[in-house]
Amino acid sequence: MNAGSGEYLIEARNLVRMFGARRERVTAVDDVSFGIRQGEVVCLVGESGCGKTTTGKMITGLLKPTSGQVFYAGKSVWTPRGDKGEDFKTYRLGVQIIHQDPYASLNPSHTIYKILSTPLLHHKFVANTYEALDRVIELLNIVGLSPVEDFLYKYPHQLSGGQRQRVSVARALTVNPRVIVADEAVSMVDVSIRVGLLNMMADLKRNLGVTYLFITHDLAVAKFFAWEGRIAVMYVGSIVEFASTPQLINDPLHPYSKALLAAVPEADPELTRSKKRVELRSQDIPSLLALPSGCRFHPRCPYFEPGLCDVKRPELLPVGENRYVACHIAAREAGAPT
Amino acid sequence: MTTQALMPKTGIRYWPGRVLRGIGRFLKLMSRNKTGFAGFLIFIFFVLMTTVGTLFVPEVTKADINAIYAPPTWEHPLGNDSQGKDILSQIVHGGRDILQMALLTGIISTFIGVSLGSLSALIGGGFDAFLSMLADIWLTIPRFPLLAVLATLVKLDNMIYLALLLSVLSWAGLYRSIRAQVFSIKERDYIEAATALDLGMWHIIFSEVLPNMLSYIAISFTFGMTSAIYAQVGLVFLGLVPLTRNWGVMINLAWTQGAIFFKDSIYFIMAPVTAIALFQLSIVWMSRSLEEIFNPRLRTG
Amino acid sequence: MEKQSSVPLTVEDLWVEYQIERGVVKAVRGVSLSLVKGESLALIGESGCGKTTLGVALIRLLVQAARITRGEITYWRDNKGIDVLSLKERELRRFRWRECAMVFQSALNAFNPVLRIWDQILDTSKAHGGMSTSQVRERAMQLLEYVQLDPKRVIDAYPHELSGGMRQRVLLAMSLLLDPQVLILDEPTTALDILTQRTIIDLLRRLKEEIGFAMLFISHDLATAAELADRVATMYAGSIVELGPVDDIFYRPAHPYTLGLIRAVPTVTGEFEALVSIPGAPPDLVDPPPGCKFHPRCPYVTEQCRVEEPQLKTHYSETHSVACFNVQRVQQDTLDLQERYAKYAGGKAS
Ligand SMILES: Nc1ncnc2c1ncn2[C@@H]1O[C@H](COP(=O)(O)OP(=O)(O)OP(=O)(O)O)[C@@H](O)[C@H]1O
Ligand SMILES: Nc1ncnc2c1ncn2[C@@H]1O[C@H](COP(=O)(O)OP(=O)(O)OP(=O)(O)O)[C@@H](O)[C@H]1O
Ligand code: SF4
Ligand SMILES: [Mg+2]
Ligand SMILES: [Mg+2]
Repeated sequence: MNAGSGEYLIEARNLVRMFGARRERVTAVDDVSFGIRQGEVVCLVGESGCGKTTTGKMITGLLKPTSGQVFYAGKSVWTPRGDKGEDFKTYRLGVQIIHQDPYASLNPSHTIYKILSTPLLHHKFVANTYEALDRVIELLNIVGLSPVEDFLYKYPHQLSGGQRQRVSVARALTVNPRVIVADEAVSMVDVSIRVGLLNMMADLKRNLGVTYLFITHDLAVAKFFAWEGRIAVMYVGSIVEFASTPQLINDPLHPYSKALLAAVPEADPELTRSKKRVELRSQDIPSLLALPSGCRFHPRCPYFEPGLCDVKRPELLPVGENRYVACHIAAREAGAPT
Repeated sequence: MTTQALMPKTGIRYWPGRVLRGIGRFLKLMSRNKTGFAGFLIFIFFVLMTTVGTLFVPEVTKADINAIYAPPTWEHPLGNDSQGKDILSQIVHGGRDILQMALLTGIISTFIGVSLGSLSALIGGGFDAFLSMLADIWLTIPRFPLLAVLATLVKLDNMIYLALLLSVLSWAGLYRSIRAQVFSIKERDYIEAATALDLGMWHIIFSEVLPNMLSYIAISFTFGMTSAIYAQVGLVFLGLVPLTRNWGVMINLAWTQGAIFFKDSIYFIMAPVTAIALFQLSIVWMSRSLEEIFNPRLRTG
Repeated sequence: MEKQSSVPLTVEDLWVEYQIERGVVKAVRGVSLSLVKGESLALIGESGCGKTTLGVALIRLLVQAARITRGEITYWRDNKGIDVLSLKERELRRFRWRECAMVFQSALNAFNPVLRIWDQILDTSKAHGGMSTSQVRERAMQLLEYVQLDPKRVIDAYPHELSGGMRQRVLLAMSLLLDPQVLILDEPTTALDILTQRTIIDLLRRLKEEIGFAMLFISHDLATAAELADRVATMYAGSIVELGPVDDIFYRPAHPYTLGLIRAVPTVTGEFEALVSIPGAPPDLVDPPPGCKFHPRCPYVTEQCRVEEPQLKTHYSETHSVACFNVQRVQQDTLDLQERYAKYAGGKAS
C-alpha cells in the first residue's frame, strides 16, 4: 500500500502516534484515517487532549507517525523505513500550519516585512528584494492588512492578536501551499474580530483553492467555517464520527457527538433554554494511561449496551454516503453492514 | 505610495550613516533605564581611564621616602602609598589588565557556553546527554581552589592564558542556562512554522533562535566578566599570578604592609577596593540596560 | 426600604484607572449598576474592556497600580448601607468572603499545588474567621457534595489530581463556604471543555435558583451569557453601553456594539447563517477616541458621535438602557431578531 487514493489531496491512513516510554507510554492518536479533497474543508473537533493537534502535526509532517501513512497528492510522505519520501520537499511547502497562539507564532525579533520576505527569498520565489517587497505587499492585501505601510515595518508586538493571526496566514501563503492546517487559529481571537478572520480564510479557499484541515473545539466555529465541508469528531485519540457538516450538526449519530451538540450553549436565549440535553452516565474523561475496554466512550454513554460496548471496540463504519460512525448502536440503527 | 518608497532603508551604501544611527539608537535605548545608563557611563569612564588615561597620568616607578602615606593633595588626589608612590597613577595603570582580561574571559566563556549550549539543545540525543552529564560533574568541582592549584602548576603570566583558563573552568554553568533557554525557544510555534517553511537549520539557529537570546547572552557575558574579575583579583592577591601593575597587587601590597593597622594608609587599601567594586557595579548596572536593548519588544525604532 | 433588601450591592459612577509607564489606563469609566438577589447579571465584552477590573474593584482587591478615582460602592445588609470604599483593611477581609465572594479568572491555577484541598479550604476559612475546624469540615463536605463531587475523594486530594472541571467546582464550593450574599464569577467556564462547561453551567444555574444570591457573571462568551443571565450588561472600553433583560439584549439589542456581537457569533444548531464582523479593533484605553468610544468601528456613526459621548438612557422599558445616539436606526436592523423572538414567544403562548 504505497499509493494514496487519487481522490484526496491529502490523506491520513491508520495514523498512530505514541508519546513517552514504557509505563508512561500513551497513544495520543490511535488509528486515525481520513482524506481531504482538493479545495475542501475538513474540520477536526473534540475536547482538549483528544489528539487534534497531534493529528494536525502529523498531517503537516512536523511529527512522524509511530505507524500509519500520510499521503500527499497520492504519494506517501514517509518511506517504509520512516525516512523522508522522495517528494518530501514539495510536500513540506505544500502543507503549512497556522498555530493557535497569536503571541507565540511570530518571531518577536523580526519585522513583518522580514517575516514574510524570508521564505520568499530563501526558496527563490522572488529574484530580489524588490520583487519580495511586491509580493509581501500583495500578501498583506490578501490577508486584509491594509494600508500595508502601517504594517510592513512593525514588530509583532505592535499588532493586535487578530492582526498577528493574519500575518501568520500570510507567512503560510508565501510558499503557495495547497493545504493549510489551521490549529485553533481563531480560538484566542476576540469574538468581534473572529468572523473577519474566518471570512478571510474562507476567501483563500474560494480564490486560491486552498484546502483546509481546520482544527477547533468550538462547534459553532466549525459549523460556520466548514458548512460546505465535513466534520470529524474525535474522542480520546480516535475519530468517532465523520460526516458532512449539515448532517453532523443537525442529525448526529454517535452518542458522543449528540452529547456535545446538546451541551453547547447557544448565543440565543430561547434556543439554549429549549435545547434537549443528553445525560451522560459519568463526567470523567478517561485517562490515556487507563483506557476503557471496548468502546472508549462506554463508561459515559447513555446508550451503552453491556456485553457489547464494553467488550468490542467499534470500527469507523460507513453508514450512508460519505458518512462514517464508530458506534455499535448507531451503526445498527443506521443499518450498516457489520 | 510606490513600492520603491516602501523599501526597507538598509542599503549597504549608507553604512556610515547606519553605524551612526545605530549608535544613536543604542544610546537612546541605553538611557531608557536610568540605573543601566549610569552603569554604562561608569563603565565607559573606566575604559577611558585605563586606555586614554594612561597617556595623561604618568606611571610612577620611583619610590619617594618623603611622601610615604602622604594624604591627598592636588598633585596626588588619592594620596601616596607605603613607598610614597602616587596611588592615582597606580589605579590608572593597574586597571588595564583587569579590564582586558574580563572582556576576554567574557567573550570566550560566552562563546563556549552559547555554542555548546545551543548545539546540545538542537542536536539532542546522545550528544546532549553526554554534555549535560559532563556539565553536572564539572559543576560539583569547587572552582576557585582548583584555579589556585592550577595557577601554581602553570605559569599564568600571560593574560590570554588566564582568560582561557577562567573561561574553560566556567563553561558548565553558562552551558546549562543557554541549553535550557534554547530548549524553551525551540518549542515555540514560530520555530515550528520555520520548520514547516523549510527555512533550514542555519536560518533557525541564527535568525530565529539567537536573536531572541541576545539579552540573555548579554547578561551571561556580564556575569562572565564579573566572576572573572573576582577570580583574577583573588589570584593576584594570593600572589599566585605574577602580575605587577594591578589593583589586586595593590591590595596585596597594602595588606602585606599592614595597611589595615595604619589610619594613614586608608587611601592605599581603599582606592583599589573601591575601583574594583565600582567597576563590578558598573557592569551589573549596565546589564540592566543591555537586557532592555536586546528585548525586541522595546526595539520599536 | 423594600427595594434594598433585594438589592445587596449597588455601584454608582465608578471610575478605575491603572497607572502605567505610557500613561493612565482608564479601565472602568463611570459604571453604575445594581445586583439583585436571586438574579444573575452577565457582564460581556471583548478582552481588555475592563470586565475583570470592575469585578475586582467591587471587592476592592485591585492591584497596586490601580486606583478608584471616583464613585460609590454600597453593600446592603439588613437594610443598612455599608460604604465599601471606606472599609478598613480588617472589615474588608470580612466583607470579601462572607458578604461578597469572587471566583477569579484563571482560577484553575489558583490552588497552591503542594497543599491538599482540605488545607486550602481551612486556610481560607481561617483567614476570614468565624468557624471552628470541625464546623468548616462539615460545611465543606456538604458543599462539595452540593457541587456534585465525591467529598471524601476530593477533600484529601492534591489539586493536580483533579480535572479542570473538578477544580472549578471546588472553587465554587469554597466561595460558598461563608454564605456570601453576592457571588462574582470571572470567566468561570472559559478554559473548560464543552461537556465540563455544561456541568458547571447547570450547577451555577441551580445555585442561583436554590441559594438565591446575587450573581455577577463575567464572560466574553455570548452563549454562556444567553444561558445563565437574567440581565446582561455590554461593556465597551470601560463603560457599560447597554444593560437590559437577557431577551431584550439578544432579540432587540439597541446598541450597535451589542448588535455587532450578536451578528458575529454563530449558533450551532439550525441552518447556516452569514456572519458579519465588526470592523477595526478595540480602542487603546490610554488614549481613547473622543465622543462615543465605539464610533471608529460603528456603522451607524453620525457627526454627533464623534464629539459627544452618549450616556446610558432607558429605551423600550425601564429596565433596558443604552448609550447610543442612533438607537432608532439600530432598532430597524434588528427586525429579523425580533421576529425570531416573536416566533418563539408565539410558540410558547400556544
Ligand atoms: N510531546 C508530547 N509528549 C507527551 N505527550 C504529548 C505530547 N504532545 C501531546 N501529548 C499528549 O497527547 C494527547 C493529545 O494531545 P493533543 O495536543 O493532540 O490534543 P488536542 O486535541 O490538540 O488538545 P487541545 O484541545 O488541548 O489542544 C494529550 O494527552 C497530550 O498530553
Ligand atoms: N495590572 C494592570 N496594570 C496595568 N494595566 C492593567 C492591569 N490590569 C489590567 N490592565 C488594563 O486594564 C484594561 C482592562 O483590563 P481587564 O483585565 O479588566 O479586562 P477584561 O475585560 O477582564 O479582559 P479579559 O477578557 O482579557 O479578561 C486593559 O486595557 C488592561 O490592559
Ligand atoms: S453613539 Fe454613534 S458611534 Fe456610538 S454606538 Fe451609537 S451610533 Fe455608533
Ligand atoms: Mg491542540
Ligand atoms: Mg478578565
